[in-house]
Amino acid sequence: MSGNDLILELKELKKSFGGVVALDNLSFGVKRNTTTSLIGPNGAGKTTVFNLITGYFGPDSGLLIYRDRPLKGEKPYKTASLGIGRTFQNVQVFADMSVLENVMVGRHLRSRTGLTLSAVLPSFLRPEERRIKEEAWHWLEFVGLERFSDMPAGALPLGNQRMLEIARALAMEPELLLLDEPASGLNSRETIAMGELIGCIRDKAITVMLVEHDMELVMEISDRVAVMNFGRLIAEGTPREVQEDREVISAYLGE
Amino acid sequence: MPLKDYIGFCILIALVLLMPHLVANDYYLGVLVFTAFNCLACIGLCLLMGYAGQISLGHGAFIAIGAYSSGVLTTMLDWSPWTAMAAGALASMAIAFAVGIPTLRLKGHYLAMATLGFASIIHIIAVAATEITGGPAGLLDIPRLGLFGYSLDSDVSYYYFAWFAVVAGLYFAFNLVHSRVGRGLRAIHGSEDAASAVGINTNIYKIQVFALSAVYASVSGSLYAYYVNYIDPGPFDVMHSIVLVTMVAVGGLRHLWGALIGAVLLSLLPELLSMAAAPLKVIGIAYKPDYDILVYGGILLLIMMFLPEGLFAGLASASKSGTAFLMKLIKGGSIVRQ
Repeated sequence: MSGNDLILELKELKKSFGGVVALDNLSFGVKRNTTTSLIGPNGAGKTTVFNLITGYFGPDSGLLIYRDRPLKGEKPYKTASLGIGRTFQNVQVFADMSVLENVMVGRHLRSRTGLTLSAVLPSFLRPEERRIKEEAWHWLEFVGLERFSDMPAGALPLGNQRMLEIARALAMEPELLLLDEPASGLNSRETIAMGELIGCIRDKAITVMLVEHDMELVMEISDRVAVMNFGRLIAEGTPREVQEDREVISAYLGE
Repeated sequence: MPLKDYIGFCILIALVLLMPHLVANDYYLGVLVFTAFNCLACIGLCLLMGYAGQISLGHGAFIAIGAYSSGVLTTMLDWSPWTAMAAGALASMAIAFAVGIPTLRLKGHYLAMATLGFASIIHIIAVAATEITGGPAGLLDIPRLGLFGYSLDSDVSYYYFAWFAVVAGLYFAFNLVHSRVGRGLRAIHGSEDAASAVGINTNIYKIQVFALSAVYASVSGSLYAYYVNYIDPGPFDVMHSIVLVTMVAVGGLRHLWGALIGAVLLSLLPELLSMAAAPLKVIGIAYKPDYDILVYGGILLLIMMFLPEGLFAGLASASKSGTAFLMKLIKGGSIVRQ
């Protein structure tokens, strides 16, 4: 392990979509084992940051450094294998699969069996299958959804679907977990539960980075807060520092 | 594999063993052998359509490749039927990779377009490459398949063999569905973005399952060639590919049992229609086999309108609500009695 305590560094990232500038020279770092929130008005480019980190598309220019090595346009399945897990702003559970199976899919990278062996051997002759199930069950319990394990994931209410997405991502045992608006669409009780869950995740020594609009939640759970507006970083610091920043206040009040 | 699927297998095997004693004559046994070929191709197609969410409108081409590989290699080069069948399967797999790699990388129905074109090309080759395929006149004298020194000469022996192949193919498919790979495929169908976010290489998976489905089709084509001992391009036109897709869609593409039911029903449909045509003749309406395609279309239309998940899912939910209704009646009855 190097002396650098940043797990992720963004250096002068630029990205535009057909003339619309989404990111404009964005630079900041994420420390290991912290919870960092990325906030900003709608359209500030927060989700774009997530999509760049996970390789859904590449930056026009600039550098992403993850674990001291630059990411060179690795595809999403590749960034996942490097230990970056994520959830989606518009929840993407596998609706037709059971809740448990959704989490089992999260064990994909931690298991090996390929197509031929899968076809020839029935599941009870594959010890790996039982292991996947047990491990998935563990993460399902971690987010508290075990009583829904046999339900189709699409039948869960939104709050539980967001929890399930997190369980699926945790099953990958990621080093860096990106949560895209985990509390969006949740009621206040669900939001409190989500805050507690994110706290538990950090206790597992997983670096969490989240995009969120619920300021109460952000200020409560974050170690660091980065504020974006029009694709640029306008402030970065502890929740308290950010709350007192003049530029942040004006961005949010819309001067 | 869940318990109810094992029960399904028991029922299927029982039916397979029972059928030869129930059918009236060799003609109907022959129809059941052809049904087995369609089932095999539809199992593979179901893996592709229902589990990986991709459509192939050219699976008839892989059946043709299997049939012609078997036909040409056994008659012209004196290969053993088994080796010829394996060669056909390998060729189909290789061609599936060649067609799949450029098209499955793209999102959208590019595979459907590419396979449709590919099926036309294969059909044209079968017609035009007369020196190899025999052209429209076809290939004669394809040998029967032998098993442990016995030739599968009789219709009954071939019937058992073909359905054994279906049961085995179905078994492999079920194992696959309930595995890491199967879950990966269903995940791709659910959300490609989320599937790749957990590390599934969606392109490789789609290409692999396309190749696997091509192998199923190819084996079914080889078995066909060894059964009829004569092949011409006729049965391998683009229409046959569409019929296969219809079978899977009618039965229900989200489930292997659905695909099987669809394949059986639509394979038997021409026979049922000709039986139904007899009384029509009496009242002066002449039904021609050409009308079959109209009936196919009508069935597909009705299924898509009223049972979009297919017959199997429709029947399953109907039986569920039927049981619930019965339970209610029984419970209600006991309350009244009290």
